[in-house]
Amino acid sequence: MTAVRMKGITKNFGDFRALNNVDLEVQKAGIVALLGENGAGKSTLMNILYGLFPADSGEIFINEQKVNIKSPAHSIAHGIGMVHQHFMLVGKLTVAQNIILGAEKTRLGFFDKKKINAEILEISEKYGLFIEPDKKTDEISVGMQQRVEILKVLYRGADILIFDEPTAVLTPQEITELMSILRNLANAGKSIILITHKLKEIKQVAEICTVIRRGNYIGSVNVADVSEKQLASMMVGREVILNVEKQPPSPHEVALEIKNLFAEDENSVVKLNSLNLQLRKGEIYGIAGVDGNGQKELVEAITSLLKVKSGSIKMNGKEIQNTSPANVIKNKVSTIHEDRHRRGLILDFSVENNAIIGRQGEFSERGILQFEKINAYASELIEAFDVRPRGCEKQPIKSLSGGNQQKFIIAREVFNDPDLLIAVQPTRGVDIGAIEFIHKALVAERDKGKAILLISLDLDEILALSDTIGVIYEGKIVEELENINVDENRLGLLMAGASV
Amino acid sequence: MIRLLRKPIMGSLFAILAAIIVGGFILAAAGHNPIQVYGGLVYGALGRPRFIVNTVIMSTSLILTGLSVTFAYKTGLFNIGVEGQFIVGTIAAVFLGFFLNLPPVIHPIVVMLGAMVASGAYGALVGFLKARFNIHEVLSSIMLNWVALNLLNLYIGVERFQRLPTVAHTIQDSANIIIAHEMKRTPEGIARLRESEFLTEVILRTDFNFGIFVAIAAVIVVKFVLDKTSLGFALKAVGSNRDAAEFAGINVKKHMVLSMFFAGSLAGLAGAVHITGISPNTISMLGGFQNFGFNGIPVALLANAAVVPNIFSALLFGGMTYGSGYIQSRHGVATEIIDIMVGLIVFFVALRAVCILVADRLERRVGK
Ligand SMILES: Nc1ncnc2c1ncn2[C@@H]1O[C@H](COP(=O)(O)OP(=O)(O)OP(=O)(O)O)[C@@H](O)[C@H]1O
Ligand SMILES: [Mg+2]
Repeated sequence: MTAVRMKGITKNFGDFRALNNVDLEVQKAGIVALLGENGAGKSTLMNILYGLFPADSGEIFINEQKVNIKSPAHSIAHGIGMVHQHFMLVGKLTVAQNIILGAEKTRLGFFDKKKINAEILEISEKYGLFIEPDKKTDEISVGMQQRVEILKVLYRGADILIFDEPTAVLTPQEITELMSILRNLANAGKSIILITHKLKEIKQVAEICTVIRRGNYIGSVNVADVSEKQLASMMVGREVILNVEKQPPSPHEVALEIKNLFAEDENSVVKLNSLNLQLRKGEIYGIAGVDGNGQKELVEAITSLLKVKSGSIKMNGKEIQNTSPANVIKNKVSTIHEDRHRRGLILDFSVENNAIIGRQGEFSERGILQFEKINAYASELIEAFDVRPRGCEKQPIKSLSGGNQQKFIIAREVFNDPDLLIAVQPTRGVDIGAIEFIHKALVAERDKGKAILLISLDLDEILALSDTIGVIYEGKIVEELENINVDENRLGLLMAGASV
Repeated sequence: MIRLLRKPIMGSLFAILAAIIVGGFILAAAGHNPIQVYGGLVYGALGRPRFIVNTVIMSTSLILTGLSVTFAYKTGLFNIGVEGQFIVGTIAAVFLGFFLNLPPVIHPIVVMLGAMVASGAYGALVGFLKARFNIHEVLSSIMLNWVALNLLNLYIGVERFQRLPTVAHTIQDSANIIIAHEMKRTPEGIARLRESEFLTEVILRTDFNFGIFVAIAAVIVVKFVLDKTSLGFALKAVGSNRDAAEFAGINVKKHMVLSMFFAGSLAGLAGAVHITGISPNTISMLGGFQNFGFNGIPVALLANAAVVPNIFSALLFGGMTYGSGYIQSRHGVATEIIDIMVGLIVFFVALRAVCILVADRLERRVGK
């Protein structure tokens, strides 16, 4: 039986056709991956299924019955649930409270806490989604929060689950766990639509992969019958090189030098513990480590967002620790921040205005903004980094798809012409084609003589790009290796804190 | 239609309409005929040339105080200190207006600039306390409002500054911006104005002054600064996403102080226009706030914190306030009804989101 059938879905935003006659089919208890480049229309298609906005034309069948989904409430009634990429949890409430929020079952107007907890535990055990119902949600990890989101959906009786890029925010370990949760759900009869840019994950869990390209339906394939490479070229429409080619590095003088760095977080927990690091121009230094070992604090310390207790950070020989973000930028450091919505963009501003934040002075004459210059500059960024759709300079940046926002940020930081480019998870949420593009761009920057500090939880990315790999563990670089024939097992052990 | 519903102006119109309806019920409950009273209100605000002029006078300082609140809001700050800044502006204006000896035209300009600097500094203090000690702007502003009130009484208490025990010196004629104020002082001048019925009505019988032009000029300048300059860009960046602005190298603290300086100086300008443009052209001791500053807050809210709409929202509130005098004398309606109406409008502005909801609903219905 088909659980979901979307037929001939078309959707326009103004003059822009986001979806053009797209089909999607999900069998009961099946897992279908939805694959497409950034801005292909995946989220749009799912938002239509979830009732967030209507399609301009096309039909939707749930369990082979034609339905007319007008709102999320409707779609929930039809057994559809969506796990949003940006979690919608109330931090001050407990896990259990968040799960029942909006679907409270009360007895005589009172919560029956025992019964609710029992119900939640029953569901969570059934699918292997272990949680602690009485913890506050702002005290649990991102992976746990995602489980809460999944439980929320299951608690409302969903049989069809939509996951929009669920792995983008997870650590590799959490991803492995999520994959097995997805399998458990399918085995228990749930039908799943999974959006992801990671082909490995598709190969791992999905049976069918449906590909859309720039709003057009390309086709559906049996995952078992195709290779990752084939999937990638189906999605992009051309051959994709999954491994960047790069020449051996030719490092010059030292750009960044960190000595004996100590720093604590706001709760006085030591986060950087005598960290040493040296990075030369013309070199990519990749930080490998399990999440939470001081990567975040290292970036914040370099960019002067976190006060360091002792030690020094020198950029081109000048101390920059404990100054200000503005001063760090002045010393030719650019940062691609991890949280693009909070730190990278002003969502209410247009694309072109986002191109010049912090540099507005350079784009004005006697204090008056030069709009033509700004527009031309933004167009240059858009062109250079293939940000889509073209001609989006005046649109609010929030109307761009996630991956295109990311490409735009990278373009902006590269165009700042820094001596040191800090790239934190630079390819989070971007498609394969764009990953290839971004990786090439980073290597090209290196070849131009820039120093690049790459921080990524994705070990494949670290291995693909770095010239030198520094393993971070409990706030310290515990080992530095040249990236030649690295033994991945040994690397994994080092990351886990073993001394080998 | 749906697109129209999403426009901010629809929310404001909705708020006004809803306030009129609810206010109508209140009037009816109090035994008045709402249609008559509303008719009287419109007549009282706009029914005669003299009424129109007085509505404009009433609105002048509202435009400026609304602008002050709007400006701070663009940088993400709530300027509840606008009342204190207004008061400081009036003190500075009275001081400079009395003690300086300057030719006409120059004198009022100097008075206004002086008041802007004084109130700007007073506003910047709030920004400084926030930037340096992380004291919330609302807390420090409320405190500074009271400080300003006492400052004013203290000022008038000084013998050198007072004309009467509770009234400060009146500013010099050279600082006065009332239109034809020299003529209005002499019998010959009055006689000449009397020759024209129109001039008698709009000049002689009112305090018609140049303030409205100052206010409109201020709107244009603020609009220009916010939309076209790098300073405005940085201020808006700080207001829209403080983190992203900081990480991009914008000095957030400096811009918070700057924003409060400008907001304060706009409130100070309102104070200066009030002193130079409305007789008795001085200040007297106060027992409590007169709300000249605070009234800018609903003005800015109704204008949806956009710059130019402040003019219209100030005219509306100014007209309501001035027109209320007429309905009191004519229909015996307490002027408090206007305070209620203002409160209702603010309340419904807050409910503006309803419009967006309706738009969503309609869109969905049309969509199917
Ligand atoms: N509300 C909107 N108004 C205008 N254009 C929109 C809107 N929502 C999406 N778009 C456009 O529709 C296209 C598809 O966007 P969508 O978010 O569905 O992409 P996606 O496939 O999910 O991409 P990503 O992988 O980057 O998340 C994009 O070009 C986007 O700019
Ligand atoms: Mg998406």
